Amino acid sequence: MRSWWLRGAAGLAVASVLAGCFSNRQNEGEKLYATHCASCHGEQGEGLRRLIPPLAGADYLRQQRAALPCLIRKGQQGPILVNGVTFNQVMPGHDDLTDSQITNILNFVQQQWGNQNQTYTIREVSELLDACHGSDGQ
Amino acid sequence: MIRFALRRALGSLFIGLGSLTLLPACSSSSADQQTAQLPYIGEREVVPSPTGGPADTVYATIPTFHLTDQAGQPVTNATFKDKVYITDFFFATCPSICPKMQSELLRVYEKYKDNPRVVFLSHTIDPAHDSIPVLRDYAERLGVTDASRWHFATAPHDTVFALARAYMTGAQVDKEAPGGFTHTGAFALIDPNRHVRGIYDGLNKDEVDRLIKEIPVLLQEVSATSATATAKQP
Ligand code: HEC
Repeated sequence: MRSWWLRGAAGLAVASVLAGCFSNRQNEGEKLYATHCASCHGEQGEGLRRLIPPLAGADYLRQQRAALPCLIRKGQQGPILVNGVTFNQVMPGHDDLTDSQITNILNFVQQQWGNQNQTYTIREVSELLDACHGSDGQ
Repeated sequence: MIRFALRRALGSLFIGLGSLTLLPACSSSSADQQTAQLPYIGEREVVPSPTGGPADTVYATIPTFHLTDQAGQPVTNATFKDKVYITDFFFATCPSICPKMQSELLRVYEKYKDNPRVVFLSHTIDPAHDSIPVLRDYAERLGVTDASRWHFATAPHDTVFALARAYMTGAQVDKEAPGGFTHTGAFALIDPNRHVRGIYDGLNKDEVDRLIKEIPVLLQEVSATSATATAKQP
């Protein structure tokens, strides 16, 4: 009896989380991109000359898909090759974003400006973040 | 933090604008061929004339400086003789506003890069990290190949921060801020007499458009005064 009730409650919780996932998430990704990423990568993901790599049309997004959650969480520095150009600056990490926010940003980036790359689920992002101890479980 | 500092910089701008509105009253007699003129920004002093005539207004000037640019060449006040220049403060590893700022300044540079009377000067506020090779790499990555058109300059820390104050683009060390510094992201437009003639929020496209429009106004004024300079020594 009791376990039935619990399962029901858990089911409801999952349902409401899922509803959240599929409602305005695209929108959230866009907003988060504007506040956390656009100052460097540009509003159109165009990057800045040879200083900041582009996100629009970047081969890196496809090739390094699994590494991107940790790249956002921990930042990136040292030489990095994007579309045949070597960049070498510092991207700061983002401790201020939850796993689900990182998911939404990445899904936005992977599908925006003509990009047509595979998206992520929150669970997948959390798992990928475990590799750099960067998951906050949220 | 950045916002706050910016507001302060804009505050001085309004003081500057205030002085502009006062000006015509003082100098109406010489206003014959007066076209649009940019304000003088910053502190000013009214100095009584020794002869008892009308008082002179003396505007704050940019102090004497000696910097080194990405080509290893000295950059001093004389570098900008008979030119107008646009200046800002940045650092190569700046995590917050610099990329946006530098891409806006790049937009201005693209418009004026073929005009040798308009020069650009970016100061690093992190001289410990931004050595000359780092500055050269940064400039080249931005697409600036001619150091004499856009100087990326370094100097001892105190010099740079004093200059930031003079240009009213306040930059300061702040351990709390991302990257360890705060600065306002302001651009300053300087005339050949070392006066600040415009302050623009480098993060705001409209403000940067205003800078693009005001540069020719200042150039015009400079041409006009150098034409009359032979007749009248200032
Ligand atoms: C302070 C500037 C800055 C911010 C803010 C920033 N990045 Fe970056 N990003 C960089 C730089 C610089 C690199 C290249 C680092 C290097 O040279 O090793 C980079 C690299 C990347 C890469 C890998 C290369 C590429 O272009 O595909 C991705 C993906 C990326 N950033 C996404 C993001 C996302 C998403 C955000 C927002 C959460 C963000 N960045 C915020 C500066 C920034």
